[in-house]
Parts: sequence; C-alpha cells; structure tokens
Amino acid sequence: MANINELKYTYSLRIADNAWILSHRLSEWCSNGPLLEEDLALTNIALDLIGRAQTFYNYAAQLEGKGKTADDLAYRRNERQYYNNLLAEMPNGNFADTIARQLLMSVYEYYFFMSLQNSKDETFAALAVKTLKEVKYHMAHAADWTVRLGDGTEESHEKAQQAIDNLWMYTGELFEADETDTALIAQGLGVDNPSLHSLWETHIKNVLEEATLRLPTADYMQTGGRKGVHTEHLGHMLGEMQYLQRAYPDAKW
Amino acid sequence: MATDTQLDLWEVFIQSRNGSHHMHAGSVHASDRKMALQNARDIYTRRGEGSSIWVVPANSIVASNPDDADMFFDPADDKVYRHPTFYVMPEGAKQI
Amino acid sequence: MSINTAPAIDDARLSKFEESVQRGDAVEPRDWMPEAYRRHLIRQISQHAHSEVIGMQPEGNWITRAPSIRAKQILLAKIQDEGGHGLYLYSAAETLGISREEMIEQLQTGKAKYSNIFNYPTLTWADIGAIGWLVDGAAIVNQVSLQRTSYGPYSRAMVRICKEESFHQRQGYEIMATMMKGTPEQREMAQDAMNRWWWPSLMMFGPHDSDSPHSSDAFRWKIKRHSNDELRTKFIDKTVQQAEVIGLTIPDPELKWNEATGHYDHGEINWEEFYRVIQGNGQCNKQRIAHHKKAHNDGAWVRAAAEAYKVKQAVKNN
Repeated sequence: MANINELKYTYSLRIADNAWILSHRLSEWCSNGPLLEEDLALTNIALDLIGRAQTFYNYAAQLEGKGKTADDLAYRRNERQYYNNLLAEMPNGNFADTIARQLLMSVYEYYFFMSLQNSKDETFAALAVKTLKEVKYHMAHAADWTVRLGDGTEESHEKAQQAIDNLWMYTGELFEADETDTALIAQGLGVDNPSLHSLWETHIKNVLEEATLRLPTADYMQTGGRKGVHTEHLGHMLGEMQYLQRAYPDAKW
Repeated sequence: MATDTQLDLWEVFIQSRNGSHHMHAGSVHASDRKMALQNARDIYTRRGEGSSIWVVPANSIVASNPDDADMFFDPADDKVYRHPTFYVMPEGAKQI
Repeated sequence: MSINTAPAIDDARLSKFEESVQRGDAVEPRDWMPEAYRRHLIRQISQHAHSEVIGMQPEGNWITRAPSIRAKQILLAKIQDEGGHGLYLYSAAETLGISREEMIEQLQTGKAKYSNIFNYPTLTWADIGAIGWLVDGAAIVNQVSLQRTSYGPYSRAMVRICKEESFHQRQGYEIMATMMKGTPEQREMAQDAMNRWWWPSLMMFGPHDSDSPHSSDAFRWKIKRHSNDELRTKFIDKTVQQAEVIGLTIPDPELKWNEATGHYDHGEINWEEFYRVIQGNGQCNKQRIAHHKKAHNDGAWVRAAAEAYKVKQAVKNN
C-alpha cells in the first residue's frame, strides 16, 4: 500500500485539480456575462478557486517532496494525470448550464469541506476552514440564480431544467470512494464521500423545489475523473492552458 | 426581441469596519434584494473594504432639491451659539 | 412665469453655474447645469465606460492561456477591475439622466465611441505586458488628471478608479521586465509588443491640442484639466526611463531629450492611422462590437428571467 504522504499527495492534488479546472471554465465567462455585475461575480468565484487550487497544489508539492512548484503541477501534467471530477470540466454552455454546474458542485464542496474541517491532518483541516467561507458564498450565488431561472420565464425554466438534467449523470462520481479515499477515511484524514450523498441530494432537492424544477433521475452515472479518464473536453482545455508552458519549457513568466 | 432591461438601479452603502458610518460607495444594477446585495459585495468589497453593506433601491431615496438650498441650509449659518467655540471659558478653567 | 422671462432666468443660472465652477465647487447631479455641459459629460463618461468594458476583450483573449497560476490570477483580477470601472462610470453617467440601456445601445450602434486602442489585437503574451504597462500607463496619466474634474460623481468614480488601477501599470511592467530577463525568444517577443503598442498608446491622448475639437468648453467647465499634449508628454517622460531600465528600445528614431523644455521630443504620430481606426477600419473594430453584442444578446433571456422572477415575488408578497 502507498505510504501516507503519497495518499495525502493524491488527495491534495484531486482537490486542487477540481478547483483549477473549474476556475478555468469560470474564467472563460470574463467579458461574456449576461450583466456586467454578473460578469464580475463569476470572476470573483473563479479567483477564489484559483487561490484554492494554488494552496492545495502547494501542499501536494510539499508532500511529494520532489521540489516541484504549484505551477509544475498545474501546467506540466498530461491529460491522464489530472484527477478532477468530470463535472468540473463540463463546458460552460449557456448561463443556466454554468449555474447548474455551480450548484451541483458547490453544494457538494460545502459538505465535503465541512467534513474535511475535522481531518486529523492539520493542513487539510485549516485549509478546509478557509475554503468553506468561499464555498458558502458560491453556493448561495448558485442557489439564488437557480431559483430565479427556474421560477423566471418559461424559457429560463426550460433551460434550467435541461441543464440540471444534462449534468446529472456526472454527479455520481462525486460520492465514490476508491482505495485512496478508503485508506484516508480509515485514518481520520479524508472525507467519507459516500456518506455525503443523501445530505447533498436533500439540499439540491430543496433548491430545485423552490425553483419549481424537478430532481432528475439517471440510468447510469459517468465515472473516471479520479483515475484520470476524462471527457473529450479536458484535452482541449489543457491544450490552450498549457500552450506557453509547453512551447517555451525553459522560460519563466 | 423585447426592449432590453439592465435591471433596476440600487445605491450601495458600505461600512468599512464596525463602529464607523455606512458611506455611499456607488451603485449596482440588480432585479432583487439578494442580487443587489451580492452584486454590491462583488463590486465594492473586492479589496476588503467592508464589514457591512446596505443596498437601497435608487428610487426610494428622497433627496433635497438644490433650489431649496437657501431655505434648507442657510438659516443654520447664523446659529453660532450651537458651537462650543461661541462660549468664553474663564481663564484657568480646564476643559471637561 | 411668462415665456419671455425664461432666457433671462437661464442666463442668470448660467452665470451662477460658471462662477461656481470657477471657484472650484463640484457640480452635483441635481444642480442646474447647461445642456451642453450635460451632453459633453454624457459623451465623455459613457465613452470612458465603454472603453473599460470593451478593454476587457483584448486582455480576456489571453486569460485561458496565461502561463502561470500567478499570472492568471493577476490578469483575471485586473480585467475584473476594468469591468468594475466600467460599472462605476456607467453609474456616474446615469446620474445625468441617461440609462445604461441607452448607453449600451449607443455603443452597439456606433453612436458612442470607445478608446481606439482596443481595436488592436493581442497577439502574444507580451502584449498583455505591453497593455498593462503602456495602455494602462497612458490611461492612468489621463485619469489622475480627471480626479479633479468638476462633475462630482465623475470625480468620485475617478478617485476610486485611480486607487484601484495603481497595480495595473505595475503588473504590465513586471511582465515586460520578467520577459526581458528571460530567454532570447522572450526578449524578442517583448520588443515586438513594444513596437506594436508604443504608437497606438501615444494616440490614446487624442489629437494635438491645436486639432482637438471639444477642448474649449471642457476647459472652461473644468471637465478637462490638462491638454492632450501635456498629458502625452508626461506619459512619454515617465515611460522612456522605464523602458531603458529593462532594456527595451522605443521604436521612434526621432525621440530625444530636450534640455530646453525638460521633456522628450518625439517623432510625428501617424494621424492617418489614428483616424482610419476611429472610423472603423482597425483590425478589431467589428470583432469587439460583435463580441459585445453576442454576450448582450445571449444574456437577454437571463435578464428577462430575473425580471420575471421579481414580478412573481412581488405578486406573492402582496
């Protein structure tokens, strides 16, 4: 079995990847928002996520102990070496698609970091406390917009429902526990993901109800992010994101 | 397409820290209270400028008319006895 | 009041207004002001706001390719600031009785202009450095002078904007400095960006004072506090020194220090290019407006939903 530092490294990397990939998507909204104010709101969320990615990459690099930097981890891995959940890499689509992704993800993160606060790893616990403050805001922002869109016009209602329905099959993997999770859970270091599922679903259901939307059902849940098996979307994102780092490997920016 | 809307205008007041006044910071557009508050937070407190925010629909503010400035404000100009410097303190007496 | 007395009243108000402006008093939204003053401000402030908003695009072009976590963070925060500044300025213009809807329409129909500089493309990462350093550097020279402009809401917006913008010019300069210390390819990239952005940055201050159409009223009413050429010279004096420190060459063979004036003399600006781009024939004029329209139109159903939700809630609560 992997030693404890390797497990924590993987864990920190996963958390960082989720934040990094999702922040990239949100940053794509810059200058494309439906209202100037909302443009700025989405950018604020993106900036929170970039900050989070940086801290968890730093911690991962420290745990790995090979002298890598957060940038090495963010920019110099191949597609199969990113461990974010598939939901994070889903394209922005229309505003309802983005809000649905934000809702599903931030409610999950809320319960995840609530639990990670109690980790016996002091760094994880401390970072979770800080992260939770941001997540609460992201969750409120997403929930409020879900209600406005769901209970807005006929068109917005349809778009909001469609968005939730489309993304639903990517929510299953959020609650999986693989060997890394299981080993860390056993030692009181990691979050018991499967146990968060019912809390998450109840929370989502309540928001959707207020938004006059229905909770979707899925025949099958997609999986693979934690193993580095992604959707086609990720490769394109990385191609763009890593362009300068790859084209000028010796350069400092 | 129907006529465009950029939503309603709200005025934003920020208290920089507990104990100080809420000061007018600027405006935002929003369709409801929650959105107005969140937009104000995202726009006017990005650099840690605030500990509390008020938002007020711009059309709820009642403002004095500049044409009334004479009758509103000038009569206060000659009430010097409202200011402490109007009074002569006996020599040697200490300030409270 | 008979119609005949109206012009007399207006004359009295005008001289009272001009006296008060001469004293250095600020003009506030509900104060009486000449129509020409109001129109001038609406044109200038909305153009300024549009510039901030359209200015998000050329830099936004590089967000998803920013080469480090730090670079991405800074760039995103900077572009966000620009959106914020657009918003402060739209609000200042709104106090003059024009709505944001109208201003956006004027922008999209070409009735209102925005700064010419944003019609140039950002081709390499070094362009992000050049924009921050030169374009924001030029903007800040102009904006610092506008902090004392006579219209209260505009002046207050400028004070806030200047405070926030102080990091923008530095981040651009830092990008250029880092690249100039880097690999030969990076140095080449930086110099190339310098070559392409220098002249358009000088054009940002507008035509020479002798050719500036809106200047005289603007000075009398203290909307404008310094002339185009004065501000341009101030910018050049500051920037040439910074370029030398990091080893960049200013692409102007005629640039030289003038002992007598205590300023740099520079070669003639290509005004033909300036007017060509203003008239819509820059590389990105159409692209920038098309982008703005697309975001605006794509967001229409979202704004409509927010409005509809508000109405439903109001009915529920009554």
